[in-house]
Amino acid sequence: MPRVKVARKSTFIDMTAMCDVAFLLLTFFILTAKPKVDDPTKAEIPFSSKTTPVPEDNLATITVGDIKGKSTIFYSVTGSDVRAETLKAMGAKYNIPFTPEEIQRFSLLEVFGVPITQLKQYLDLRPDERKGFPLAGIQADTTASNELGNWIYLSRQAERGLHDKDLDIAIKGDRHEQYPIINEIIGILGKQKKFKFDLITDLRAAPKK
Amino acid sequence: MAELDTSGGGKHKGGKIRSKKASTRVDLTAMVDLAFLLITFFMLTTTLSKKKAMDLTMPDNSVKTSQLPVAATRSMTVLLGSHNKLEWYMGEAGKSAPTVDNYGKDGLRKALIENEKKVEATHAAPDNFMIVLIKPSDKSTYENLVNALDELNITNVQSKAIVKITPMEVADLQKNGIY
Repeated sequence: MPRVKVARKSTFIDMTAMCDVAFLLLTFFILTAKPKVDDPTKAEIPFSSKTTPVPEDNLATITVGDIKGKSTIFYSVTGSDVRAETLKAMGAKYNIPFTPEEIQRFSLLEVFGVPITQLKQYLDLRPDERKGFPLAGIQADTTASNELGNWIYLSRQAERGLHDKDLDIAIKGDRHEQYPIINEIIGILGKQKKFKFDLITDLRAAPKK
Repeated sequence: MAELDTSGGGKHKGGKIRSKKASTRVDLTAMVDLAFLLITFFMLTTTLSKKKAMDLTMPDNSVKTSQLPVAATRSMTVLLGSHNKLEWYMGEAGKSAPTVDNYGKDGLRKALIENEKKVEATHAAPDNFMIVLIKPSDKSTYENLVNALDELNITNVQSKAIVKITPMEVADLQKNGIY
């Protein structure tokens, strides 16, 4: 009886096509990647049912969150050139000479929440040392010379000078934040004749009418 | 697949000496593994969802524009209190008893829709739309304000404003235990 011969096939799979696809996707993700900005306040944003997309650039965000039981204000502006210009102007206003290296460091800082008097000290730290720095937040009140107001005003000026655009303002608040601090921010913006701004919210499922 | 004949290369008796031909086939498994690992990393660190926001327009309070007198009967005032509660009344403060309500479908939204219908029925067009004044108290949270504004968006109330609360209204909230 003749024995049936089983043909032995190679287990080698051709990976070329798979490799091509993998690298194509990798290229796509690398080019579209925008690293997540670490939000120091971990603000829980409220929900709303009607939303519009927030512009990606040309935006200033005021974040109000809770740090160790205290409402703290953080500020961030998009664009490193705008940030650098803003810091120069702030330094001139408060008579704090920032070195070019500090300005360069600040232009890479996505979000910050320290008073201007501590900012120099904060910038001199290495990024990994900044975690332990007490974040006191930006001072804000309804007087004409409050820090947050100046930050907003000077960054709007910088944006106007560099890109000839008006900076869009967004407020990102924690859900449980008390109203007075929000009212203060709205008041500060109102003083600068900025009456239209965005409240960052999460989309809630559409309600049934 | 481009693959060269790798057979042969052995010494033949009396034949020509042929050099060994190495296979051009490269094992890509490790490379693919690495590529997928990096894809996974970039997928997880990318923010694909764009930030969303709600528009808010405040009136310009620096210029005194000619303000039209508005019938008090067309205005609805919403006072935001503590503990996620609110109260609302129609018309002028103190003249009609405020109703304590909550946020949501059966609370504020229902009241807004009902009041809007009432205003529409009792006033002559084109001035028969309702004006809503939101007065957040110091004890209300940011979420309360966003929720109230959201309900106005849902019910399509066109004229709205965020107004400072008066001490009398705070006293009223205190009376109802939501301040």
